[in-house]
Amino acid sequence: MTTLTDPPKESFRLSMLIYDTRYRSATIQVVALMGFMLLAAWLISNTLTNLETLGKPISLAFFTEPASYDINQRLLEYDSRDSHLRAAFIGLLNTLVVAVLGCITATILGVLIGVLRLSKNWLVARIMTVYVEMFRNVPVLLWIVLAMAVLIESLPSPRAFRGENPEATMSLFDTVAVTNRGVYIPEALFHNSLGNIHLFGQSSMRFDISLDLVAFLVVLIAGLFVSNKIKQRADKVQEETGERPTTWWQRLAVVFVPIVILLAILGFHLGYPELKGFNFSGGTHMRNSLIALWLALSLYTAAFIAEIVRGGILAISHGQTEAAGALGLRQGRIMSLVVLPQALRVIIPPMISNYLNLTKNSSLAIAVGYMDITGTLGGITMNQTGRELECVVLLMGVYLLISLSISFVMNWYNKRVALVER
Amino acid sequence: MSDKSFVRTEMLPELDPPASTVGIVGWMRENLFSSVVNSILTVVSLGFIFYILAGLLPWIFQSEWGATSLTECREIFNEKYGTSHGHACWGVVNDRWLQLLYGFYPDYLYWRVNLALVLTLAALAPILFAEKAPRQMIYLTMAYPFLMPWLLWGGSIWGPICAAAGFVVIFFGYRFVTNIAGSLVGLIVSVLAGIIWWMFIAGTVASGLESVLNIGIEAVESRKFGGFMLALLLGIVAIGCSLPLGILLALGRQSDLLIVKTICVGFIEFIRGVPLITLLFVASLLLNVFLPPGTNFDIILRVMIMMTLFSAAYMAETIRGGLAALPKGQYEGADSLGLNYWQAQRLIIMPQALKISIPGIVSNFIGIFKDTTLVSIIGLFDVIGLSTAIRADTAWNGIYWELFAFIAVLFFIVCFSMSRYSMYLERKLQTGHKR
Repeated sequence: MTTLTDPPKESFRLSMLIYDTRYRSATIQVVALMGFMLLAAWLISNTLTNLETLGKPISLAFFTEPASYDINQRLLEYDSRDSHLRAAFIGLLNTLVVAVLGCITATILGVLIGVLRLSKNWLVARIMTVYVEMFRNVPVLLWIVLAMAVLIESLPSPRAFRGENPEATMSLFDTVAVTNRGVYIPEALFHNSLGNIHLFGQSSMRFDISLDLVAFLVVLIAGLFVSNKIKQRADKVQEETGERPTTWWQRLAVVFVPIVILLAILGFHLGYPELKGFNFSGGTHMRNSLIALWLALSLYTAAFIAEIVRGGILAISHGQTEAAGALGLRQGRIMSLVVLPQALRVIIPPMISNYLNLTKNSSLAIAVGYMDITGTLGGITMNQTGRELECVVLLMGVYLLISLSISFVMNWYNKRVALVER
Repeated sequence: MSDKSFVRTEMLPELDPPASTVGIVGWMRENLFSSVVNSILTVVSLGFIFYILAGLLPWIFQSEWGATSLTECREIFNEKYGTSHGHACWGVVNDRWLQLLYGFYPDYLYWRVNLALVLTLAALAPILFAEKAPRQMIYLTMAYPFLMPWLLWGGSIWGPICAAAGFVVIFFGYRFVTNIAGSLVGLIVSVLAGIIWWMFIAGTVASGLESVLNIGIEAVESRKFGGFMLALLLGIVAIGCSLPLGILLALGRQSDLLIVKTICVGFIEFIRGVPLITLLFVASLLLNVFLPPGTNFDIILRVMIMMTLFSAAYMAETIRGGLAALPKGQYEGADSLGLNYWQAQRLIIMPQALKISIPGIVSNFIGIFKDTTLVSIIGLFDVIGLSTAIRADTAWNGIYWELFAFIAVLFFIVCFSMSRYSMYLERKLQTGHKR
């Protein structure tokens, strides 16, 4: 771009707004702003007029009305007398549950597949290629619907578990029941439970925090902290004397002994699912819809993560591996100490967008009837109240908030592991 | 001491390398059994492949193509193999494949859809294989955006012709005004003239011409569109329109103009932050609310608009990556040649930036094509919507693998060819930046 430093000799003419580069950018900006504001004003005024003709001016009053529908898969207690706001909140938690579960599984699977795709074993590498191509080139919605259909059609019904010689038996030493209504897993119960804390009284956002869980987490974190301290001391001793004290049993003990003691004090036992009447009771019930969504999203995203991991590892120059080999490191240590830490910097940014995609794709829950926020706020609530504008706008706002938080956290982590350059 | 020394006078003949390092054996030693771990992995994988194929092959090939309902299939299987499990009932595909491909499009008009598909391929040829296709085909590509909707939706021919005439107005307006008042004024005036033509004149002219001379083909309503054809239609439109829009958005995001930049960033981040489903909700429920009272336009058109906007935001980010990867010297070189902004973008920056971002652009294309299946959630009958409907039919109640396999194969073929094409293009455009 050309920029003049001398002040203009001639006086200002109107045509200079267009032809003079010094004024032109301002002109373009003003025109763009005016155009944008006109467009926005036009849309808003249209909306207001239309809503007035329809007889439903914007209001959020419907949120306090009873939702009068049920949500079967939920983390917190909820019944159909609760408000629409409560339903949306439960839905939001369901979205987060499936997103977190999915991200964890997809990462584990994806890293495994990505590394195996680089395997020297021709057969293994080919199998992984087939996996990746198969999942990447078929819509995720199809995988979700397929997973749901397979779960419903091919698993035994609870009825099959009954009788003297049942057709189906519970797996894992009679603790897990896999049925076509979902999977029943043991739940953690405590004889001398510490009870719950109720937050926010009776409002729609009321939230119970289990003190048992809090105690467990506190002890776990304290244990990890002490274990980390032991490791640091061992590092220090190694630097001073050249010999590393054996610490693995200390570190394990510091983490696990307090937890075992705590669980014993609380009277920890597992509640197993049992067949009662027509269905299983007891244990935690994970519905088909949750499992189908979780499975399909993880398998699908894993294919993308595998490609990212593979690309990241390939991006590390071969000289690094050879240098590490020349230092006498073994294959596993080369991977964990030299290649992966460097590859991580290439891998993380696209990984963030894959986590975001998984979270956004979880909105496809509506196809299998899992009640996430799209199913509650954008599904039944919207259909019942007829408040399309409010519901869709809020839905978008919630997803925007989730996306921004994920990318904020992950970018912070990315900054932390990034190479410090000039 | 004798001065005898031994010097070999003839060379020994070359020997073949040891049998264990060449040929199939050597390859296997190298790739499958190079170490103990590798051998174990190989054996496990062979077992895995055998397990899968042992289940899959009989299922695929010991199957029934002719049956017209699942019960009939099961009877045939019981008769033939003694069990109704483990055999594919391809009768459902045989029975419903036309519906899965064309939706509810009238069957005597299938030729129009087929012709539109052939036209699509022909119109794409000069773009995809620029050096192999004849140059004249570019005229077909230019006519295609008007021809394709006319073929699919039908109706009078004057509508598309008048729409195309808008571009003629712009072209000659630009030529004419530029001679008088310079290029910038020419551009503004001609674009304004085009917009006025489309908004106010084209409709009247088209209906006038129609009353004089009624040439047209049978009109087909949007709600009859469906199946894989709908996915292709939505995919092609979203892909075609989102690339230019994405380029503009990417340029806007890189621009020095603060307000333009803010608007572009806001748009991109908003669209990328929400799932496509919510945008489709907007298309199906809200778009009419945002527009002047009484406006009611086609649901497929509304979906097309939202998908294009969605895809454009992702495209913009991909292209921004390409722009950011260009060395600064390229921009400075363009400036030093005295090119203005648009010339520099058109001649120097964009060709390189687009080339760098080809893999990203194509994976965006694949993504948006796969995402067209989401329209089944807002009630359009695309392949997945139709498969649900077929499974609800009493004749085929309980069938799922066969239908999903068919749909998956359809999508796989299109997406896989797109990704292979992008690899071909990358190789073709390789100009030696890679070490």
